[in-house]
Amino acid sequence: MAVALETINLVKRFSGIVASNNVSLQIAKGARHALIGPNGAGKTTLINLLTGVQRPTGGRILLDGEDITSLSTNERVRLGIVRTFQINQLFNGLTPLETIGLAVSERRGQGLDWWRIVGSRPDLVAEVVEILERFHLADVIDKRTAVLPYGKQRLLEIALAIACRPRVLLLDEPAAGVPEDERHEILAAVAALPADVTVLLIEHDMDIVFSFADRISVLVNGALFVEGSPEEVARDPRVKAVYLGEEVADA
Amino acid sequence: MLPPPIAIRVATEWLAARARWQPLEVGFWIVAFAAIWLFPDRHLILTEIAWLGLFALSLDLILGYAGIISLGHAAFFGLGAYTAALLAKYEIINEPVLALLVAGLAAMALGFVTSFLVLRGSDLTRLMVTLGVALLLRELANRLGWLTGGADGLQGVSIKPVLGMFRFDMFGHTGYAYSLIVLFILFLIARRLVNSPFGLSLLSVKGNPLRASAIGISVDGRLIAIYTVAAGFAGIAGALLAQTTSFASLEVFSFDRSADLLLVLIIGGAGYLYGGLIGAIIFKFMQDYLSALTPQYWPFWIGLVLVVIVMVGRDRITSWTAPFRRIASHLNWRALARHVAASSSERR
Repeated sequence: MAVALETINLVKRFSGIVASNNVSLQIAKGARHALIGPNGAGKTTLINLLTGVQRPTGGRILLDGEDITSLSTNERVRLGIVRTFQINQLFNGLTPLETIGLAVSERRGQGLDWWRIVGSRPDLVAEVVEILERFHLADVIDKRTAVLPYGKQRLLEIALAIACRPRVLLLDEPAAGVPEDERHEILAAVAALPADVTVLLIEHDMDIVFSFADRISVLVNGALFVEGSPEEVARDPRVKAVYLGEEVADA
Repeated sequence: MLPPPIAIRVATEWLAARARWQPLEVGFWIVAFAAIWLFPDRHLILTEIAWLGLFALSLDLILGYAGIISLGHAAFFGLGAYTAALLAKYEIINEPVLALLVAGLAAMALGFVTSFLVLRGSDLTRLMVTLGVALLLRELANRLGWLTGGADGLQGVSIKPVLGMFRFDMFGHTGYAYSLIVLFILFLIARRLVNSPFGLSLLSVKGNPLRASAIGISVDGRLIAIYTVAAGFAGIAGALLAQTTSFASLEVFSFDRSADLLLVLIIGGAGYLYGGLIGAIIFKFMQDYLSALTPQYWPFWIGLVLVVIVMVGRDRITSWTAPFRRIASHLNWRALARHVAASSSERR
């Protein structure tokens, strides 16, 4: 098994509280890996450590075997670790067209290009339009992000990460707050990702987790509790006890 | 599957929409250049407007586009002014345009070094840090009396003709044309810059630094870059003041100057490049008119204006002009022109 992203004894302490406790996680290349756990289990902290928003107190993070523990967020993005946010983090003053255009030009290393007018590279624009169409945003490309309906903003949130062409994509509750009938658009977009993209999904909704993941890690109190295939995790009595409860027993 | 070419063409057009020249803009510059011939007796105040507008444009680059607030922008203005004055006084560089560039580079160097101080912290921290830097420089210039003339200012500066051809005169004719051309060139550069991918990334850093870094943008790097560029603009503005008045004094670093500058930008509105220029025009003419009326009440009037702006703009005081700009940009100029043409042909 080729490992895309790996943590070795990762520890994060906030003044007395241990948010990540010796987490050693391996995510296989091309995996659809889900990370679950009750509230306060340290899922978001782990994402923040993986993306470099927070620095670990101890331990290491490896991407394709290379140590990236000391790299900044933007340096990690350039290496291919890209995340989405549980609560939309978008550029409210920009349009979807500009937002995706920005991400694509940054990915191409043209972000410092100050003499060229935005949109003067036809191949770049073609790519931007393709992404916007793929995420059902073609009808709102010229609206300010702030005035878009929530479902569209959620799609843009994910499209923005995809525009960075991730090798490892961290999805933090991609369907959070999206009404039931609009979810399939988002889930279809996630499912349509190229097979070689490694995905780590953080999710509360067990229907989504079990329909998406081929491997599940359970985090409890900052530590890795159980890991296995969906069937194994669903059967595990300890998991049922701490977290899943009746929901999975029914499924 | 590739999108159809028509979608790409429309998208390209929309992306470039920010950069398109509006008729009002063209009109603005035509009037500014026409003033060289139309108002020869107002060239002194117009010169002041030109360098103040450039100075405010510089602040707009960091405040309106990158969200860095400053109460010490006079640091760069002052350094530029002293650099240009010293270069001329000691006849190190006699040609004003070259001296202007050197002054701009000196200010850029200072901007680069001090940019690291404004990367972190809240607006209040930034206000204090920038204020502190300007105060430091002022005191430094005061202490280096042997070089700067201290509290008396730098006397005996004589500026040679621009490009060896155009001599500065006491009516400000050369001064205005020179300042306006410099302003126009730097404005074009700024306009290009803010409408580029780099400019878009500045807006993203201003709007949401967390997400900006999450799509691979080095937030610190962009802030350092724009702060450095803006410092250069401010330095050139200061150099224009020194060259057109043949003088530099400690007042170039003063707190009042930085505070007035913020006021100028707020009057005109931040984040669309013209705010600083329009603010400079309103500020200077208001100052001119009101001080002539009752010199001691000028601060009263400017205070009143500030209060009114805050009332109108509420918590968005840097963009209180936005509704007017929206109306202007929604005017359908082609239809208007067609209408005018149709009605004039009817009359014939």
